[in-house]
Amino acid sequence: MLRYTLRRLIVAVPVLFGVLLVTFVLVRLIPGDPCTAQLGEKATEAICARFNAEKGLDKPIPVQFGIYIRDVLQGDLGTSIRFNRPVTQLIAERLPVTLELGFFALLLACIVGVPLGIIAALRRNSAIDVATMVISNVGVSMPVFWLGLMLAYMFALLLKDTPFQLPPSGRLTAGVTSVPFYVVWGWEVDLKSGFGQVLQFFANMYLFNSLITFQWEVFRDALRHLILPAMALGTIPMAIIARMTRSSMLEVLGRDYVRTARAKGLADVVVTIRHALRNALLPVVTIIGLQLGTIFSGAVLTETIFNLAGVGRILYDAISTRDYPIIQGFTLAIAFSYVMINLLVDLSYGFLDPRIRY
Amino acid sequence: MSSTSTTTTAVTLVTPMRPAEGPWRRAWRQFIHQRSAIIGMAIIGVLVFTAIFAPWIAPFDPTEVLLGKEEGIQKRSGPCLHLFGCPPDRPQHIMGVDGNFRDLFSRVIYGARLSLFIGFVTVSISVAIGVLLGAVAGFVGGWVDNVIMRVLDVVLAFPFLLLAIAIVSVLGPGLLNAMLGIAIVSIPAYARVIRASVLSAREEEYVLAARTIGLGPLAILFGHILPNAISPLIVQATLGIGTAIIEVAALSFLGLGAQPPTPEWGSMLSAERNQVFTAPHLVFFPGLAIMLTVLGFNLLGDGLRDALDPRLKV
Repeated sequence: MLRYTLRRLIVAVPVLFGVLLVTFVLVRLIPGDPCTAQLGEKATEAICARFNAEKGLDKPIPVQFGIYIRDVLQGDLGTSIRFNRPVTQLIAERLPVTLELGFFALLLACIVGVPLGIIAALRRNSAIDVATMVISNVGVSMPVFWLGLMLAYMFALLLKDTPFQLPPSGRLTAGVTSVPFYVVWGWEVDLKSGFGQVLQFFANMYLFNSLITFQWEVFRDALRHLILPAMALGTIPMAIIARMTRSSMLEVLGRDYVRTARAKGLADVVVTIRHALRNALLPVVTIIGLQLGTIFSGAVLTETIFNLAGVGRILYDAISTRDYPIIQGFTLAIAFSYVMINLLVDLSYGFLDPRIRY
Repeated sequence: MSSTSTTTTAVTLVTPMRPAEGPWRRAWRQFIHQRSAIIGMAIIGVLVFTAIFAPWIAPFDPTEVLLGKEEGIQKRSGPCLHLFGCPPDRPQHIMGVDGNFRDLFSRVIYGARLSLFIGFVTVSISVAIGVLLGAVAGFVGGWVDNVIMRVLDVVLAFPFLLLAIAIVSVLGPGLLNAMLGIAIVSIPAYARVIRASVLSAREEEYVLAARTIGLGPLAILFGHILPNAISPLIVQATLGIGTAIIEVAALSFLGLGAQPPTPEWGSMLSAERNQVFTAPHLVFFPGLAIMLTVLGFNLLGDGLRDALDPRLKV
């Protein structure tokens, strides 16, 4: 398994390099330059020349790329032109927001989708089955941005002053702050260091942070803010997961070993869960892994609608302000998360199906 | 005498047999027996009808500002149908009036034209390029295959929409560029489908036979392999139309696609999204139109898959 993991990581290197190269060239093809985008009217030729020299943008592009690659290998993703802060710091701030949202959306999708698919398969052609298929067909056809707006309208306005009212924007109510766990535990950390940024990364996942430090008020508030965006983002994966679970279960339920299990008098629940579900889950896990693309793409839209300062938002803004280091750094971070999560998905096959060995 | 009687017997023996059913006919028969496929066809039928007859269905011009032309018109007023108890002194607007005093219903109707155009053109571009790349990769093999597929892997390593956003930023915002962006990002899906089909077809006996009779590689590829790879492509392309419509609408929603006053559903939604709490109908109807359209193509695609690919039947 270790060898397999290593091999996969090595294969990922050229893909990540390709991603970097494409991003590097692509951002420089965007019409307009960082200087005019940042300074606007004040951008005279002399000022821009100094600006470009300062940021190293005056060198030939291949040289810039060489320098960039050298820095990346040393863990330095450059400095944002707009915020004048290290990109790694911004990633530690923004990536957790998107990861938390994406994770929660996928969790929601699984919690609803998998049981729905199982029940539909067990009661084939019943009203529940038909309803599941309708829900999943409508679900995959739903524009994320529309669903998000409609959910906001429903839960923030129509259900106002009921227990179901939910906040339509931001991560926390004004006045509520999530105290980082390293502060709660009194750790002395240099936040500028690599280690400090890793700690910040985890502390910025508010649900995780408030959970391990028992800040229940914060946890509840963060959770309430997360439900609507997660519902908007999770609906398409939910629909796909439900459909996949259903067809996979249908196939497995017809197998001989399921009949054997029933014949030897096992309870229905045991047969369904231990014998059928475990075997049916394999394709479902694959599908869940494939939803990552949907999640990251949907995050741009969801973060726009629900006013969340995540990866999608900062990337979109960076493209319009020509903030090259941010675009490059975040794209690399996303591609890297992709590779890692897909690796985890592949490794989980071995756990679900002992016949698979790496 | 005896010969006539033999012929008669032969005829009676033959008549009950029907001619063998061709694969397309069988696919069609399976296709029309599916509820989802029928619903999908119906939705698309209505859509096509709406698109063709838009000028006769829509009561107003989609970009006409009605302020000053119609008495009592109010900005962002809700749907008003005299039939359903709306006071007769108020002007009738089935889906209400938008922020620029335009009739929303007329805009949504004209939007059907644009959406069909977006869906078909976008998918055509990516199918054309994807088929070419996939066929070459699968047929030639070796390092050519490797290079093409690794490049497509890089495209797949980006989140779909973000790469499209970057491409549109390079090309400049606008509907055609947004379509091109989505088309480029969708290429890998088609290339992979075709490559897989080509790879499996390459070793089939009919290809061997074609090679034996001395056909050139191009004749084999276009005359023998690709026609056999067409059904998964049709399915993928049908489902792709839905995706293309939704993604181009998403780009328009972000302000990178169709620009106002074009009656494109995504940009209509974008223009009024801050009014969702005060005038939800202006967000609801364009979004519903997108959803129904995409649903139609998805149902049709599913139906086609079940009809064309017997292996996938549960």
